Parts: sequence; C-alpha cells; structure tokens
Amino acid sequence: MTTLTTTDALRVTGIAKHFGPVTALRDINLHVGYGEVLGLVGDNGAGKSTLIKILTGFQPPDAGTIAINGVDVKLRSVEHARELGIETVYQDLALVNELSVYHNMFLKREVRIGPFLNNAVMRKQAREYLDQMGVRIPSVDVEVAKLSGGQRQAIAIARAVSSNAKILLLDEPLAAMGAKEGAQILDLIRRLKAQGVSVIMIGHNYAQVVEVCDRINLLQRGEITFDKPVGPNSMEEITDIIMQEYRASKFGPTPASA
Amino acid sequence: MANEALAGPPAAPPNGALQTLQNFWRFIVQQRTLSVALIALVMVVYFQFSKSVFLSLGNLQTLAAYTAATAIIAAGEVMLLICGEIDLSVGSVFAMAPFVMYYANQNGIPLLGGIILALLVSAAVGFINGFVSVYLKVPSLIATLGTQFLVSGATLIATNATPVITPDTFPKVTSFAQFFGNNPYSEIIWAVAIVLVMQVLLSLTPWGLRTVATGGNPLGASEVGIGTNRIKMVHFMVASALGGFAGILEAYRITSTDPLAGGTTIMFNAVAGAVIGGTALNGGSGTVVGALLGTIVLGILQDGITLIGINADYYYVVLGAAILAAMILNVRLQILRKAGR
Repeated sequence: MTTLTTTDALRVTGIAKHFGPVTALRDINLHVGYGEVLGLVGDNGAGKSTLIKILTGFQPPDAGTIAINGVDVKLRSVEHARELGIETVYQDLALVNELSVYHNMFLKREVRIGPFLNNAVMRKQAREYLDQMGVRIPSVDVEVAKLSGGQRQAIAIARAVSSNAKILLLDEPLAAMGAKEGAQILDLIRRLKAQGVSVIMIGHNYAQVVEVCDRINLLQRGEITFDKPVGPNSMEEITDIIMQEYRASKFGPTPASA
Repeated sequence: MANEALAGPPAAPPNGALQTLQNFWRFIVQQRTLSVALIALVMVVYFQFSKSVFLSLGNLQTLAAYTAATAIIAAGEVMLLICGEIDLSVGSVFAMAPFVMYYANQNGIPLLGGIILALLVSAAVGFINGFVSVYLKVPSLIATLGTQFLVSGATLIATNATPVITPDTFPKVTSFAQFFGNNPYSEIIWAVAIVLVMQVLLSLTPWGLRTVATGGNPLGASEVGIGTNRIKMVHFMVASALGGFAGILEAYRITSTDPLAGGTTIMFNAVAGAVIGGTALNGGSGTVVGALLGTIVLGILQDGITLIGINADYYYVVLGAAILAAMILNVRLQILRKAGR
C-alpha cells in the first residue's frame, strides 16, 4: 500500500517489550525506505521512548527482529547500533553546554594525534560539515550554551549525520521551537532526505509531522494502529483515531493498559 | 538573536564608565584563572611590603610545603567536582596511606613496594566511594562522609593513635626519603608535575572532554555512548590515590607519620582552593591549574597573616569570605553562560 524502494533501510518485525507486569510495546511492525521520512506519532506513554531505546541499542527487545538493509541484526549496544548506521537525536539533544560546538560534534569519536585531541582537524571538519548542511552558527568555537534552540537542534542533527548515519531517529526535533527555527530544521530534514538518509521523526505536533514526512505511523498503547502515506486528509484521519481513543479511554469499558 | 550578542561589543557604548565596569565584571567572571593569579600577585606584593621576609627562601619553602600537599589533593578533587561528584574522605586516606607503607615496610616489603601498596589501598577506598555513589546511588557527599569517618577510625585503631617515625628518615635521611618529599623542593615539584599532568589530561585528551561531558550533561553523555559510570569510578580512585600520595609526601617531609594528620582540614582546604580557582560544584566546569592557584592564594593568605602577626584566626574569616565570594562568582558565570541562549 505504500510506495517503497526495493529494500527497506530498516524493518522492524514483532517487537515487544515488557517491564515487569507493564507491557510497553506489544507487536511493533514498522519499516523505513531509503531517503524516506517516517513520522511516528502517539501520546505520552504510547511506547515511543521505549521503541527509540530499542532501535538505538540502549535496551534489547523481549521479542521480535530488527533488519537493516534486509539483514537481521541484534543491537548489542548504542555503539553497535551506531556502527550499523543508526543515530538518534534525543529531546535533550545530548549536547554539553560547557563544551564548544566542535567538541560537541566530535564527542565520543574525537579525532586524535596520539593520545591527544586534534582540535585543528575537528574544528575544520565541524565547520565544513555545518556549512555543507546549511547550518548557520557564528563560530564552531562558541560554547553550545550560547546558541539558540534551533541552532542547538541543528548541531545535534549535524553531529548525528556526520557520523555516517544512514537511519536517523529524531525525538521531538521541533519541541519548544519558534516557527522560523522550526522551518529551518524541517529544511534540514529535507536536505538529509535528498542525501538518501532515512529519518524516523517522532513528534507531538501532527501539523509539523505531516509537513515533512512521507508516511505516518501512529503508536497507541504499544501498537502501531495506523500506517499511511501522507495525503491531503492525513491530519483529519489521525485526529479522528486519537479522538476515538480518547472517548474509549474516557467512557469505554476497557481501561488503557500502558 | 544570539548571533548579535556574539558579534562583539556594541560600537558606541552610551555610558563609558558603566560599560567599563561591566566589561571588568565580565572579565573577572570569565577569565577566572587569570583573576586568581592576579589576586595571588597582589597579595604577594602586599605581604612583601609589610614584611620583607615574605619572599625569603625560608618563607617560600614554608609556603611551598603548605601548598603542595593541598594542591595535590585539589588536583584529584577538581576532576571529581567536574564530573559532578565530591570526595570528603581524601583527608582520612591522607593519614592512612603512610601507615600502610610503614606496616608493609615493617613486614619486609621494600619501601617503594610499600608506597605502591599504599596507593593501591588508597585507590581501593576510592573504589568503595565510587561504587557506593555511582552504583548504589548514594550521593557522594554522604557516601564519602561515611568513608571519611570509617577510614579515620580504622587508622586510629590500627595505630593505637600513636605517631611513628617515617621509615628512612632516622637516624639518617636517605635519598629515597629526599625524593619522596623530604627535600624542601621535592613536594612542590611533585605537586606541579601532578597538576600539569591532570590539566593536560583534562584539556587535551578525549578522556578530559568526556569528563566534562559527564558532569555537564550526565544523561546526554551516556546517550552519546560515554561510559559515565566508569569515568566517575576512575576519578574517585585517582582522587583517593592522590590523597594517599600527598599523605606519604607529607610523612617524609615532617619525618613522622601521624594518624591525626590531614583529616577534614586539608580536604576542605583543597575543596576551597578548587572553588576559589573557579570550579563549579554542580559539575561541568573547572580547571586543575585554577585549583592550584586557589590553593596558593590560601597558602599566601595563611602564611602572610602569620608573618604580619595578626591573630591567625582572622585567616578563617578571610577564608570564609573568599569561599562565599568565589562561589557567587561561579554561579554568576553559569548564569552568564546561559544568558546567551
């Protein structure tokens, strides 16, 4: 039902995760094509964060398989997922305020001369990379604390992609951002898409998700209940489903389990 | 936008005097290491004019001796403070370590082996500090308060609270003892070397970068894949080992090993030195050189007050005021940092 390239960059089949008696994820099936932007929406507690943690190798799933480029993989750690090309930009951006932009961009994969940091090379590469991605900041020597929310988000995304990410997970990339800055980030996502990067964008704001995504998945109580390409009626369709869910939880006989 | 704030000072300041004052304030807050060095210099000049013996060789040696051990402890403490932790037990490890060396030596282990053993035992205390703080999630302020009393008490019991003569210092001081603190210059050379190595580790290596990240944004650092627990564990062990090493150097310098040496006084002096040198207590910022300068300032102050002949208790009044002033500056710096956002 969806238009896809020949193979999926990422395909997730039957993922489940429990925390004691709590079922966080029930039976997750999702896929992203090359250069596709998938919007993953859902309310708080729907299981988004758990799914991200599994896809980044932070936690193993209880059941199910993850395939990258059609090959089944077991993500052993964050590093391992990263080696396979999965990068995540978290809501807190994982930026260190006290460090410069270029140190942030190379954190955990620093360029060295012997045991020492090769600051000249990192500074130059960070500059080049940000220019190439159209991210505008006054200087890469600036402490990250001095940048605006949009600049910080752009740097976090640039850092993720500069490590050769093929599949990029963005957790609420537009949260707490002005309209202009938000538009810049959406532009950045479009540029990544043009470069063939697959993006999973997690969001609350359905309008923004619809604006940039090719396809939308809705996550409810640990299950994906909606999977359609973005069309002119996407907003209404999703809103309808969520309203149904809301009425069911408020008036219906079955209480939410997650 | 932030870009404009970063573009530099506005072309024509409306009020020159106010602008100068603001710039001066910014300088003090941002160029912390330099400011502390200037304060040290001003104090040296003042005390030299008040008492000309201040810059005499004898007094400088006293000053170096006072500063060295504290600076070594501060070097380890700063790294812990940068990654968001603290160690209150270093002072007790300071007293314990030379006794480990002493008893090892009494049992036939050569002195160098004794020192290595003492450093290992010190690091083990750091390991316990780290384990309780990092894995059992007890705030290090409390965890190390516990080990402070524990180690202190254990040392007093094991030694019957009686000082001993440091090996190799009686009846004749050997070159081994000279090397490990007895020579008037030995201890300060050790201190400067350790401070330099730690500062290089902090500012020029990936390890240092990750240490700052661990304290600056613990969650973010672990999301990037930094093993923040391991980093903290290592810093706990290094801080404790440095505390033990400082204790051994002091035992050689004063030729007697006292179970009541060090304690909370030297530990708090080290923390005060670090704070005055610009280390924020909530992690993410600080320099080892700054801590050394902060320690030197405290040393000059204490020494100078004694020389001038003022009641030495005034030292504590000034120390308290200095800590408060330094902490206010540290907090201002953080606010200034975030203001550009």
